[in-house]
Amino acid sequence: MSKLIETDALIIGAGPVGLFAVFELGLLNINCHVIDILDKPGGQCAQLYPEKPIYDIPAYPMISGKDLTDKLLLQIKPFSPVFHFEELAKDLKKNNDGTWHISTKKGLNFHAKVIIIAAGGGSFEPKKPNIPNLEKYFDQVRYSIDQIDNFKNKDIVILGGGDSALDWTVQLNEIVKSLTLIHRRDVFRGSPATVNKVMDLRDKGEIKFHVGQVKNIIGSNGILDAVQCEKKEGILEIPCDILMPFFGLTMSLGPVEKWGLNLLEDRVSVSTETYQTSVPGIYAVGDINTYPGKLKLILSGFHETALMAHAVFKYINPEERLTLQYTTTSSSLQKKLLAK
Amino acid sequence: MVNINFISSKGVLQKADAVAGETLMECAKKNQIHEIEAECGGGCSCATCHVYIHKEWLDKLEKPSEMEEDMLDFAFNVKENSRLSCQIKIEDVLDGLTLETPETQF
Ligand SMILES: Cc1cc2nc3c(=O)[nH]c(=O)nc-3n(C[C@H](O)[C@H](O)[C@H](O)COP(=O)(O)OP(=O)(O)OC[C@H]3O[C@@H](n4cnc5c(N)ncnc54)[C@H](O)[C@@H]3O)c2cc1C
Ligand code: FES
Repeated sequence: MSKLIETDALIIGAGPVGLFAVFELGLLNINCHVIDILDKPGGQCAQLYPEKPIYDIPAYPMISGKDLTDKLLLQIKPFSPVFHFEELAKDLKKNNDGTWHISTKKGLNFHAKVIIIAAGGGSFEPKKPNIPNLEKYFDQVRYSIDQIDNFKNKDIVILGGGDSALDWTVQLNEIVKSLTLIHRRDVFRGSPATVNKVMDLRDKGEIKFHVGQVKNIIGSNGILDAVQCEKKEGILEIPCDILMPFFGLTMSLGPVEKWGLNLLEDRVSVSTETYQTSVPGIYAVGDINTYPGKLKLILSGFHETALMAHAVFKYINPEERLTLQYTTTSSSLQKKLLAK
Repeated sequence: MVNINFISSKGVLQKADAVAGETLMECAKKNQIHEIEAECGGGCSCATCHVYIHKEWLDKLEKPSEMEEDMLDFAFNVKENSRLSCQIKIEDVLDGLTLETPETQF
């Protein structure tokens, strides 16, 4: 097992609400690590609408998803949160002393006093194309690369024409037996350098490229043998050991579903006093939670983090009294905020 | 009112009234057309509002923008009459527009 990472609070999700949770917890001296499956902070704001203006953030008549994320990062900087990107929070276990153990899919291990679920619409996961029997060959259908050795001397088929499809085409081409890129049109969307590289590989015949779509796969005894590529001219059968579809990301509740929390319509039920879930020590804020009257707004998520942080403080320090302090006037809060 | 005919992947017709100025996706969501998800709420960044426009209506629509074409790359089973419904503005001339929704948006 990798080294155990110790933290007061482990926040799952670096969307706007997860980021602001760092601030509210930080004011109460609760330190945070933050996990997100994406490669960047900002959640939906960063992934789904970075350039679009938001009009209902108080005191900002208009702000883009990207700017909101950048400003939140600046605001929480004094509390030095530690981010772990491209990590999926997967397994949750309660320790005997009431603290929590969370491990990520790639194998990071955390020991936390409390868990804050700020998982929004769920974790972003690769879309799985609607090809019959795809799930039967889960071992041979890959959406990322864990061990590059598994791809050596294999027949690889990559579907898509965006950054991921092109990047992997360039990277894998060197080591595989054959690489076929299949895309619905002969226009690619990626960084110009990568697009040029792929064109070059195609022109030199180092990779095969087809304009078409894969609608069927062929295998026997649970082993994938080939894909059927539908082209204008007809159907082409292409040998395939590993199929890599790249059709972007979608949100799904993901591992949170299996953590034994009370759910209502795929959302985590919470108390509106504490934002605690049905399990003491686990809290949920932002789009992922539900309660009577819930509105999925960034504004509401921010409010929830303040109440949650106070509840967490009392949970961690049952003996201590907590009085509300203003950042404007409290010298101890200002010390924290201006320290770095 | 502009009348829109949504035909599901199972062939079931659902008629809906749209208002000029809104998008086809907004009309679909208001009328609970289940086969349209629209995860990004019209941001042209999810491709889960994919529809097939009936051929006779295709020419009456403005051509898809480059951004829409790029996002269609993330849809599945894309055909010549594929469009993203959030990128289509309803106009009075589209009264009677007929389209099919795919079985899944993934
Ligand atoms: C197009 C569009 C426009 C919008 N406009 C507005 C608006 O104008 N005003 C407004 O207030 N709201 C708006 N919203 C809603 C707003 O974006 C959400 O309310 C907000 O993003 C919720 O923040 P969050 O931090 O709760 O979740 P998210 O932003 O969804 O972030 C959650 C993060 O958690 C990560 N995650 C989930 N599960 C795991 C896991 N198991 N392991 C690791 N990481 C995980 C996800 O990858 C994600 O990055 C809009 C949404 C969309 C799609
Ligand atoms: S709603 Fe997301 S692309 Fe149309």
